Amino acid sequence: MTHILANGGAHGTNLDPIYDQCLFWILAVLSVSAAVTMICVRQAVHCAIMLAIVMLSLAVMYAQQGAPFLAFVQIIVYTGAVLMLFLFVMMLIGVTSADSLVETIRGQRVWAGLAGLAFVVLLIVGVGHASIGTAHVPTAANSTGNLTGIATLIFTTYVFPFEATSALLITAALGAMVLAHRERTEPKLTQREVARRKIASRQVAPEPPPGVYALHNAVDMPALLPDGSTTDRSVSRAITQRDLDLGRDPRLEVTADLEAEDRIDAERQIESAARGRPAGLGQQEGRVQ
Amino acid sequence: MSPAAYVFLAVILFGIGGVGVLVRRNAIVIFMCVELMLNACNLAFVAFARMHGNLDGQVVAFFVMVVAAAEVVVGLAILMAIYRARKSASVDDANLLKY
Repeated sequence: MTHILANGGAHGTNLDPIYDQCLFWILAVLSVSAAVTMICVRQAVHCAIMLAIVMLSLAVMYAQQGAPFLAFVQIIVYTGAVLMLFLFVMMLIGVTSADSLVETIRGQRVWAGLAGLAFVVLLIVGVGHASIGTAHVPTAANSTGNLTGIATLIFTTYVFPFEATSALLITAALGAMVLAHRERTEPKLTQREVARRKIASRQVAPEPPPGVYALHNAVDMPALLPDGSTTDRSVSRAITQRDLDLGRDPRLEVTADLEAEDRIDAERQIESAARGRPAGLGQQEGRVQ
Repeated sequence: MSPAAYVFLAVILFGIGGVGVLVRRNAIVIFMCVELMLNACNLAFVAFARMHGNLDGQVVAFFVMVVAAAEVVVGLAILMAIYRARKSASVDDANLLKY
């Protein structure tokens, strides 16, 4: 497959013209609609997903245009590494950090949209006036295959920019380390100090995991403590915040679940009474509230 | 498809990315829009490479990808530093140089 991809064909692509056109239009509509959705949705995570769609369709377009190496680099570096980096930072900063819808500058969106539209029109008119020819037959550079051709170019004509790239990457790595580094302003806690704080906080054991109820065992359900009460500390604050954002009562499902469990208990009692024998062994003896 | 179609598509994607940079307030999303603009440029480079029948455009697109990766690393590190100091990723909150 790699060989066929690398071959390129007469016009830099190895597809039939009709397939080529169909693929182009599908990918064009997909990528443009995903890009528009990306700048419209509020949640940063949704933006990342839309950006992934755009990048993947661009990767297919590279392969379509006789650039298989760039297509794979696009998937591996962009969709694989860069987008994952975005998602990591999103998790560090907080998934709840949605964009505010308040305009700080009045009419900014309208004017930005107009400016963007005018810019696109300007570029399209400019590109339309330029004489962009049809695809040339690949020259000698492509004769030994796409990958070999790119390698030859990088290590001959573009060897100085390539070396400069290494300096750039080292600088970027150092810069990221310096910027993300945080000086320790207080001494590291000793084991003794950690133990003392745990005892003082009256929570000696690890934090409780999400609870299990009659109908739900999801992460948004608070844990059931040994004394029968529930604790909110086992539920991530982001989930509670999301419930509040959506206008839901975070405790609603908990109370509904408790009621449902009571109802199930009552039905079991009735059922066992009808059978004429006491309730089974596995049944709870009512909850301590 | 002729290379011109890809160039037009690249122009449209570039414009959408530019509008996103102007409109959005969340710094992460702004970075994503910048990435979209860089991707659009790459698409145009690849289309031009195919138009000329050589590989120079593809090599330039490759360099753009390297620079974009470095830019994202440093940019996101700056973003994290700002978030640590101000507890917000919104570009409106980073206004200490304003007055």
